Amino acid sequence: MQEFAVILVSSILINNYVLVQFLGLCPFMGVSTKLESAIGMSAATTFVLTLTAMVSYIVDVLVLMPLGLIYLRTIAFILVIAAVVQFTKMFIEKTSPLLYRVLGVFLPLITTNCAVLGVALQNASKDLNFMQSSLYGFGAGAGFSLVLIFFSAMRERLAAADIPAPFEGAAIAMITAGLMSLAFMGFSGLV
Amino acid sequence: MLETIAQQPILAALIALVGLGTLFGGLLGFAAEKFKVEGDPIVEQIDELLPQTQCGQCGFPGCKPYAESIANGDAINKCPPGGQATINAIANLLDVPAPELDAEHGEEADVRTVAFIREDECIGCTKCIQACPVDAILGAAKLMHTVIADECTGCDLCVEPCPVDCIDMLPVKETIKDWHWPAPPTTADLIASDRRAQL
Repeated sequence: MQEFAVILVSSILINNYVLVQFLGLCPFMGVSTKLESAIGMSAATTFVLTLTAMVSYIVDVLVLMPLGLIYLRTIAFILVIAAVVQFTKMFIEKTSPLLYRVLGVFLPLITTNCAVLGVALQNASKDLNFMQSSLYGFGAGAGFSLVLIFFSAMRERLAAADIPAPFEGAAIAMITAGLMSLAFMGFSGLV
Repeated sequence: MLETIAQQPILAALIALVGLGTLFGGLLGFAAEKFKVEGDPIVEQIDELLPQTQCGQCGFPGCKPYAESIANGDAINKCPPGGQATINAIANLLDVPAPELDAEHGEEADVRTVAFIREDECIGCTKCIQACPVDAILGAAKLMHTVIADECTGCDLCVEPCPVDCIDMLPVKETIKDWHWPAPPTTADLIASDRRAQL
Protein backbone atom coordinates (compact mmCIF):
# COMPACT_ATOMS: atom_id res chain seq x y z
CA MET A 1 0.00 0.00 0.00
CA GLN A 2 2.80 2.35 0.93
CA GLU A 3 4.53 1.50 -2.33
CA PHE A 4 1.47 2.66 -4.28
CA ALA A 5 1.38 5.93 -2.37
CA VAL A 6 5.06 6.46 -3.15
CA ILE A 7 4.44 5.83 -6.86
CA LEU A 8 1.57 8.33 -6.89
CA VAL A 9 3.46 11.07 -5.03
CA SER A 10 6.48 10.45 -7.22
CA SER A 11 4.63 10.68 -10.52
CA ILE A 12 2.29 13.53 -9.54
CA LEU A 13 4.68 15.85 -7.71
CA ILE A 14 8.33 14.87 -7.81
CA ASN A 15 8.61 13.69 -11.40
CA ASN A 16 5.71 15.75 -12.70
CA TYR A 17 5.66 15.07 -16.42
CA VAL A 18 4.97 18.66 -17.43
CA LEU A 19 6.89 20.84 -15.03
CA VAL A 20 9.85 18.62 -14.11
CA GLN A 21 10.36 16.40 -17.17
CA PHE A 22 8.95 18.96 -19.65
CA LEU A 23 6.84 16.46 -21.55
CA GLY A 24 3.41 17.38 -22.95
CA LEU A 25 4.00 21.12 -23.08
CA CYS A 26 1.85 21.57 -26.21
CA PRO A 27 -1.54 20.99 -24.54
CA PHE A 28 -0.19 22.65 -21.39
CA MET A 29 0.14 25.92 -23.32
CA GLY A 30 -2.62 25.34 -25.86
CA VAL A 31 -5.63 24.32 -23.78
CA SER A 32 -4.94 26.41 -20.68
CA THR A 33 -6.69 29.63 -21.65
CA LYS A 34 -10.06 28.52 -20.27
CA LEU A 35 -10.59 26.61 -17.05
CA GLU A 36 -13.53 24.59 -18.38
CA SER A 37 -11.70 23.23 -21.40
CA ALA A 38 -8.60 22.63 -19.25
CA ILE A 39 -10.65 20.41 -16.93
CA GLY A 40 -12.05 18.49 -19.90
CA MET A 41 -8.61 18.08 -21.42
CA SER A 42 -7.20 16.89 -18.08
CA ALA A 43 -9.89 14.26 -17.74
CA ALA A 44 -9.37 13.03 -21.32
CA THR A 45 -5.58 12.94 -20.98
CA THR A 46 -5.69 11.14 -17.62
CA PHE A 47 -8.03 8.56 -19.12
CA VAL A 48 -5.76 8.07 -22.13
CA LEU A 49 -2.60 7.94 -20.00
CA THR A 50 -3.96 5.29 -17.65
CA LEU A 51 -5.39 3.17 -20.45
CA THR A 52 -2.20 3.52 -22.51
CA ALA A 53 0.00 2.49 -19.58
CA MET A 54 -2.12 -0.64 -19.10
CA VAL A 55 -2.42 -1.63 -22.75
CA SER A 56 1.21 -0.93 -23.57
CA TYR A 57 2.29 -3.05 -20.60
CA ILE A 58 0.20 -5.93 -21.92
CA VAL A 59 1.55 -5.50 -25.43
CA ASP A 60 5.10 -5.26 -24.11
CA VAL A 61 4.93 -8.38 -21.95
CA LEU A 62 2.71 -10.59 -24.11
CA VAL A 63 3.90 -9.68 -27.60
CA LEU A 64 7.16 -7.78 -27.76
CA MET A 65 9.22 -9.56 -25.10
CA PRO A 66 8.47 -13.20 -26.10
CA LEU A 67 9.27 -12.39 -29.74
CA GLY A 68 12.44 -10.48 -28.88
CA LEU A 69 11.08 -7.29 -30.44
CA ILE A 70 11.95 -4.84 -27.66
CA TYR A 71 13.54 -2.53 -30.24
CA LEU A 72 10.05 -2.04 -31.75
CA ARG A 73 8.63 -0.62 -28.50
CA THR A 74 8.32 2.96 -29.80
CA ILE A 75 6.35 1.99 -32.90
CA ALA A 76 4.16 -0.53 -31.09
CA PHE A 77 3.38 1.96 -28.31
CA ILE A 78 2.50 4.68 -30.81
CA LEU A 79 0.07 2.19 -32.36
CA VAL A 80 -1.44 1.58 -28.93
CA ILE A 81 -1.70 5.32 -28.19
CA ALA A 82 -3.32 6.10 -31.54
CA ALA A 83 -5.93 3.40 -30.98
CA VAL A 84 -6.67 4.48 -27.39
CA VAL A 85 -6.98 8.15 -28.38
CA GLN A 86 -9.31 7.31 -31.24
CA PHE A 87 -11.42 5.26 -28.84
CA THR A 88 -11.50 8.15 -26.33
CA LYS A 89 -12.53 10.52 -29.09
CA MET A 90 -15.50 8.34 -30.05
CA PHE A 91 -16.42 7.90 -26.40
CA ILE A 92 -16.40 11.66 -25.66
CA GLU A 93 -18.24 12.48 -28.88
CA LYS A 94 -21.00 10.16 -27.74
CA THR A 95 -21.14 11.08 -24.06
CA SER A 96 -20.38 14.83 -24.06
CA PRO A 97 -20.79 16.66 -27.40
CA LEU A 98 -20.06 20.00 -25.73
CA LEU A 99 -16.72 18.80 -24.34
CA TYR A 100 -16.00 17.29 -27.76
CA ARG A 101 -16.51 20.69 -29.40
CA VAL A 102 -14.52 22.57 -26.76
CA LEU A 103 -11.53 20.25 -26.98
CA GLY A 104 -11.67 20.39 -30.78
CA VAL A 105 -8.33 19.64 -32.39
CA PHE A 106 -6.58 19.01 -29.07
CA LEU A 107 -8.38 15.72 -28.57
CA PRO A 108 -6.77 13.89 -31.51
CA LEU A 109 -3.58 15.75 -30.61
CA ILE A 110 -3.30 13.70 -27.39
CA THR A 111 -1.79 11.15 -29.79
CA THR A 112 1.22 13.40 -30.23
CA ASN A 113 1.34 14.41 -26.57
CA CYS A 114 4.84 13.18 -25.76
CA ALA A 115 3.90 12.64 -22.11
CA VAL A 116 1.78 9.68 -23.22
CA LEU A 117 4.57 8.00 -25.16
CA GLY A 118 6.99 9.05 -22.41
CA VAL A 119 5.00 7.24 -19.72
CA ALA A 120 4.72 4.06 -21.82
CA LEU A 121 8.44 3.98 -22.66
CA GLN A 122 9.61 4.84 -19.15
CA ASN A 123 7.35 2.18 -17.65
CA ALA A 124 8.76 -0.40 -20.07
CA SER A 125 12.38 0.48 -19.30
CA LYS A 126 11.78 0.42 -15.52
CA ASP A 127 10.58 -3.23 -15.49
CA LEU A 128 7.43 -2.51 -13.49
CA ASN A 129 4.58 -4.94 -12.96
CA PHE A 130 1.06 -4.36 -14.29
CA MET A 131 -0.28 -2.63 -11.17
CA GLN A 132 2.72 -0.32 -10.91
CA SER A 133 2.56 0.56 -14.61
CA SER A 134 -1.09 1.52 -14.52
CA LEU A 135 -0.55 3.48 -11.31
CA TYR A 136 2.33 5.36 -12.94
CA GLY A 137 0.08 6.12 -15.90
CA PHE A 138 -2.69 7.37 -13.64
CA GLY A 139 -0.23 9.38 -11.54
CA ALA A 140 1.21 11.00 -14.66
CA GLY A 141 -2.32 11.93 -15.76
CA ALA A 142 -3.21 13.27 -12.32
CA GLY A 143 -0.01 15.34 -12.26
CA PHE A 144 -0.75 16.67 -15.74
CA SER A 145 -4.31 17.55 -14.67
CA LEU A 146 -3.09 19.25 -11.50
CA VAL A 147 -0.68 21.62 -13.21
CA LEU A 148 -2.95 22.20 -16.23
CA ILE A 149 -5.89 23.22 -14.02
CA PHE A 150 -3.70 25.41 -11.77
CA PHE A 151 -2.11 27.01 -14.80
CA SER A 152 -5.40 27.72 -16.60
CA ALA A 153 -6.91 29.19 -13.42
CA MET A 154 -3.93 31.55 -13.22
CA ARG A 155 -4.17 32.43 -16.90
CA GLU A 156 -7.84 33.34 -16.56
CA ARG A 157 -6.87 35.78 -13.81
CA LEU A 158 -3.91 37.03 -15.81
CA ALA A 159 -6.17 37.82 -18.78
CA ALA A 160 -7.98 40.43 -16.71
CA ALA A 161 -4.87 41.70 -14.93
CA ASP A 162 -2.94 44.82 -15.82
CA ILE A 163 0.15 43.36 -17.50
CA PRO A 164 2.83 45.57 -19.14
CA ALA A 165 2.28 45.50 -22.91
CA PRO A 166 5.50 43.63 -23.89
CA PHE A 167 4.60 40.74 -21.54
CA GLU A 168 1.00 40.24 -22.65
CA GLY A 169 -0.26 36.91 -24.01
CA ALA A 170 2.20 34.07 -24.54
CA ALA A 171 5.12 35.86 -22.83
CA ILE A 172 3.49 36.07 -19.41
CA ALA A 173 2.24 32.48 -19.85
CA MET A 174 5.82 31.27 -20.41
CA ILE A 175 7.05 33.20 -17.37
CA THR A 176 4.23 31.79 -15.25
CA ALA A 177 5.02 28.25 -16.42
CA GLY A 178 8.68 28.80 -15.58
CA LEU A 179 7.86 29.96 -12.06
CA MET A 180 5.51 26.99 -11.56
CA SER A 181 8.29 24.69 -12.76
CA LEU A 182 10.71 26.22 -10.23
CA ALA A 183 8.15 25.59 -7.51
CA PHE A 184 7.76 21.94 -8.55
CA MET A 185 11.53 21.45 -8.58
CA GLY A 186 11.24 22.04 -4.84
CA PHE A 187 9.54 18.63 -4.48
CA SER A 188 12.70 16.75 -5.56
CA GLY A 189 14.07 14.65 -2.74
CA LEU A 190 10.67 14.36 -1.06
CA VAL A 191 10.67 10.56 -1.18
CA MET B 1 5.42 -22.02 -32.78
CA LEU B 2 6.42 -18.89 -30.84
CA GLU B 3 10.09 -19.86 -30.91
CA THR B 4 10.15 -20.53 -34.65
CA ILE B 5 8.66 -17.11 -35.26
CA ALA B 6 11.08 -15.50 -32.80
CA GLN B 7 14.01 -16.94 -34.75
CA GLN B 8 12.96 -14.97 -37.82
CA PRO B 9 13.25 -11.34 -36.64
CA ILE B 10 11.71 -9.75 -39.72
CA LEU B 11 8.83 -12.20 -39.82
CA ALA B 12 8.27 -11.76 -36.08
CA ALA B 13 8.19 -7.97 -36.38
CA LEU B 14 5.77 -8.14 -39.30
CA ILE B 15 3.44 -10.58 -37.59
CA ALA B 16 3.49 -8.69 -34.29
CA LEU B 17 2.77 -5.25 -35.76
CA VAL B 18 0.24 -6.41 -38.33
CA GLY B 19 -1.45 -8.48 -35.63
CA LEU B 20 -1.61 -5.53 -33.24
CA GLY B 21 -2.85 -3.26 -36.02
CA THR B 22 -5.60 -5.67 -36.97
CA LEU B 23 -6.63 -6.15 -33.37
CA PHE B 24 -6.87 -2.41 -32.64
CA GLY B 25 -8.53 -1.76 -35.99
CA GLY B 26 -11.18 -4.34 -35.17
CA LEU B 27 -11.75 -2.85 -31.72
CA LEU B 28 -12.09 0.65 -33.17
CA GLY B 29 -14.48 -0.56 -35.83
CA PHE B 30 -16.59 -2.13 -33.11
CA ALA B 31 -16.45 1.07 -31.01
CA ALA B 32 -17.42 3.18 -34.03
CA GLU B 33 -20.61 1.15 -34.36
CA LYS B 34 -21.34 1.16 -30.64
CA PHE B 35 -20.73 4.87 -30.05
CA LYS B 36 -22.42 6.12 -33.19
CA VAL B 37 -23.62 9.72 -32.75
CA GLU B 38 -27.16 10.50 -33.87
CA GLY B 39 -28.44 14.02 -34.23
CA ASP B 40 -26.64 17.13 -33.10
CA PRO B 41 -27.44 18.09 -29.47
CA ILE B 42 -25.44 21.31 -29.91
CA VAL B 43 -28.47 22.78 -31.76
CA GLU B 44 -30.55 22.52 -28.59
CA GLN B 45 -27.89 24.29 -26.57
CA ILE B 46 -27.61 27.15 -29.07
CA ASP B 47 -31.41 27.41 -29.23
CA GLU B 48 -31.51 27.81 -25.45
CA LEU B 49 -29.16 30.80 -25.63
CA LEU B 50 -31.18 32.60 -28.33
CA PRO B 51 -33.79 35.02 -26.96
CA GLN B 52 -36.80 33.08 -28.38
CA THR B 53 -38.43 36.23 -29.74
CA GLN B 54 -39.02 34.29 -32.99
CA CYS B 55 -38.74 37.70 -34.67
CA GLY B 56 -37.07 36.53 -37.87
CA GLN B 57 -34.64 39.46 -38.03
CA CYS B 58 -31.81 36.98 -38.64
CA GLY B 59 -33.45 35.93 -41.92
CA PHE B 60 -34.65 32.58 -40.58
CA PRO B 61 -38.28 31.80 -39.69
CA GLY B 62 -37.47 31.52 -35.98
CA CYS B 63 -34.86 30.89 -33.35
CA LYS B 64 -34.62 27.11 -33.81
CA PRO B 65 -33.89 27.28 -37.57
CA TYR B 66 -31.23 29.91 -36.86
CA ALA B 67 -29.72 27.65 -34.17
CA GLU B 68 -29.55 24.81 -36.72
CA SER B 69 -27.90 27.15 -39.19
CA ILE B 70 -25.31 28.25 -36.59
CA ALA B 71 -24.51 24.62 -35.86
CA ASN B 72 -23.82 24.21 -39.58
CA GLY B 73 -21.37 27.10 -39.54
CA ASP B 74 -23.47 30.23 -40.07
CA ALA B 75 -22.37 33.54 -38.54
CA ILE B 76 -23.42 33.95 -34.90
CA ASN B 77 -23.95 37.73 -35.02
CA LYS B 78 -27.35 37.97 -36.72
CA CYS B 79 -29.57 38.29 -33.64
CA PRO B 80 -30.39 41.93 -32.75
CA PRO B 81 -32.85 41.16 -29.91
CA GLY B 82 -30.22 39.07 -28.15
CA GLY B 83 -27.53 41.65 -28.80
CA GLN B 84 -23.92 41.37 -27.80
CA ALA B 85 -24.71 39.33 -24.68
CA THR B 86 -26.20 36.50 -26.79
CA ILE B 87 -23.31 36.66 -29.27
CA ASN B 88 -20.84 36.37 -26.38
CA ALA B 89 -22.73 33.46 -24.86
CA ILE B 90 -22.84 31.53 -28.16
CA ALA B 91 -19.17 32.33 -28.84
CA ASN B 92 -18.39 30.97 -25.39
CA LEU B 93 -20.39 27.81 -26.05
CA LEU B 94 -18.78 27.14 -29.42
CA ASP B 95 -15.35 28.38 -28.29
CA VAL B 96 -15.00 30.88 -31.16
CA PRO B 97 -14.14 34.60 -30.99
CA ALA B 98 -17.21 36.83 -30.45
CA PRO B 99 -17.87 39.18 -33.42
CA GLU B 100 -19.78 42.47 -33.29
CA LEU B 101 -23.50 42.44 -34.09
CA ASP B 102 -24.10 42.44 -37.86
CA ALA B 103 -25.74 45.83 -38.56
CA GLU B 104 -27.44 44.38 -41.67
CA HIS B 105 -29.95 42.56 -39.47
CA GLY B 106 -30.80 45.51 -37.23
CA GLU B 107 -29.42 47.32 -34.26
CA GLU B 108 -29.41 46.29 -30.67
CA ALA B 109 -31.93 48.32 -28.69
CA ASP B 110 -30.43 50.09 -25.68
CA VAL B 111 -33.56 49.60 -23.63
CA ARG B 112 -36.10 46.83 -23.74
CA THR B 113 -39.32 47.96 -25.43
CA VAL B 114 -42.87 46.64 -25.61
CA ALA B 115 -45.52 47.39 -28.20
CA PHE B 116 -48.41 49.58 -27.10
CA ILE B 117 -51.62 50.03 -29.12
CA ARG B 118 -53.34 53.42 -28.87
CA GLU B 119 -56.67 51.81 -28.41
CA ASP B 120 -59.02 54.62 -29.46
CA GLU B 121 -57.31 54.77 -32.87
CA CYS B 122 -57.38 50.99 -33.49
CA ILE B 123 -59.79 49.98 -36.26
CA GLY B 124 -59.70 46.23 -35.51
CA CYS B 125 -58.06 45.06 -38.74
CA THR B 126 -56.19 42.09 -37.08
CA LYS B 127 -53.11 42.70 -39.25
CA CYS B 128 -50.85 43.13 -36.21
CA ILE B 129 -52.22 39.92 -34.69
CA GLN B 130 -51.13 37.98 -37.77
CA ALA B 131 -47.69 39.60 -37.66
CA CYS B 132 -46.99 38.85 -34.01
CA PRO B 133 -44.66 35.85 -33.73
CA VAL B 134 -45.45 35.17 -30.06
CA ASP B 135 -49.24 35.72 -30.06
CA ALA B 136 -48.95 38.63 -27.65
CA ILE B 137 -51.74 40.68 -29.26
CA LEU B 138 -55.29 40.09 -28.20
CA GLY B 139 -58.38 41.07 -30.21
CA ALA B 140 -60.82 40.14 -32.95
CA ALA B 141 -61.94 41.56 -36.32
CA LYS B 142 -63.53 45.04 -36.02
CA LEU B 143 -62.88 44.99 -32.28
CA MET B 144 -60.17 46.81 -30.43
CA HIS B 145 -56.78 45.03 -30.03
CA THR B 146 -54.38 45.24 -27.16
CA VAL B 147 -50.91 43.94 -26.31
CA ILE B 148 -50.17 41.56 -23.46
CA ALA B 149 -47.13 43.41 -22.18
CA ASP B 150 -45.64 40.39 -20.38
CA GLU B 151 -45.67 38.31 -23.56
CA CYS B 152 -44.37 41.03 -25.92
CA THR B 153 -40.74 40.54 -26.91
CA GLY B 154 -40.36 44.02 -28.45
CA CYS B 155 -39.52 42.71 -31.91
CA ASP B 156 -41.16 45.62 -33.87
CA LEU B 157 -42.83 43.25 -36.35
CA CYS B 158 -46.35 44.58 -35.63
CA VAL B 159 -45.49 48.25 -36.25
CA GLU B 160 -45.09 47.91 -40.00
CA PRO B 161 -48.44 46.23 -40.93
CA CYS B 162 -50.66 48.64 -38.93
CA PRO B 163 -52.65 50.71 -41.48
CA VAL B 164 -53.40 53.54 -39.03
CA ASP B 165 -50.02 53.61 -37.30
CA CYS B 166 -51.48 53.27 -33.87
CA ILE B 167 -48.73 51.03 -32.44
CA ASP B 168 -45.92 52.60 -30.44
CA MET B 169 -42.81 50.90 -29.11
CA LEU B 170 -42.53 52.12 -25.54
CA PRO B 171 -39.43 51.57 -23.40
CA VAL B 172 -39.97 49.39 -20.37
CA LYS B 173 -39.45 51.45 -17.24
CA GLU B 174 -37.07 49.98 -14.73
CA THR B 175 -38.72 49.33 -11.41
CA ILE B 176 -37.19 48.89 -8.00
CA LYS B 177 -37.61 45.13 -8.42
CA ASP B 178 -35.58 44.63 -11.59
CA TRP B 179 -32.97 47.37 -11.31
CA HIS B 180 -29.39 46.18 -10.94
CA TRP B 181 -25.93 47.73 -10.95
CA PRO B 182 -24.50 47.99 -14.47
CA ALA B 183 -21.59 45.61 -15.09
CA PRO B 184 -18.18 47.35 -15.10
CA PRO B 185 -16.90 47.99 -18.64
CA THR B 186 -14.02 45.75 -19.68
CA THR B 187 -12.24 44.66 -22.83
CA ALA B 188 -10.28 41.75 -21.39
CA ASP B 189 -11.47 38.14 -21.41
CA LEU B 190 -13.22 37.63 -18.13
CA ILE B 191 -13.13 34.37 -16.25
CA ALA B 192 -16.16 32.19 -16.77
CA SER B 193 -17.98 33.06 -13.54
CA ASP B 194 -17.65 36.83 -14.11
CA ARG B 195 -18.81 36.52 -17.70
CA ARG B 196 -22.00 34.84 -16.58
CA ALA B 197 -22.74 37.70 -14.20
CA GLN B 198 -22.33 40.17 -17.04
CA LEU B 199 -24.96 38.56 -19.21
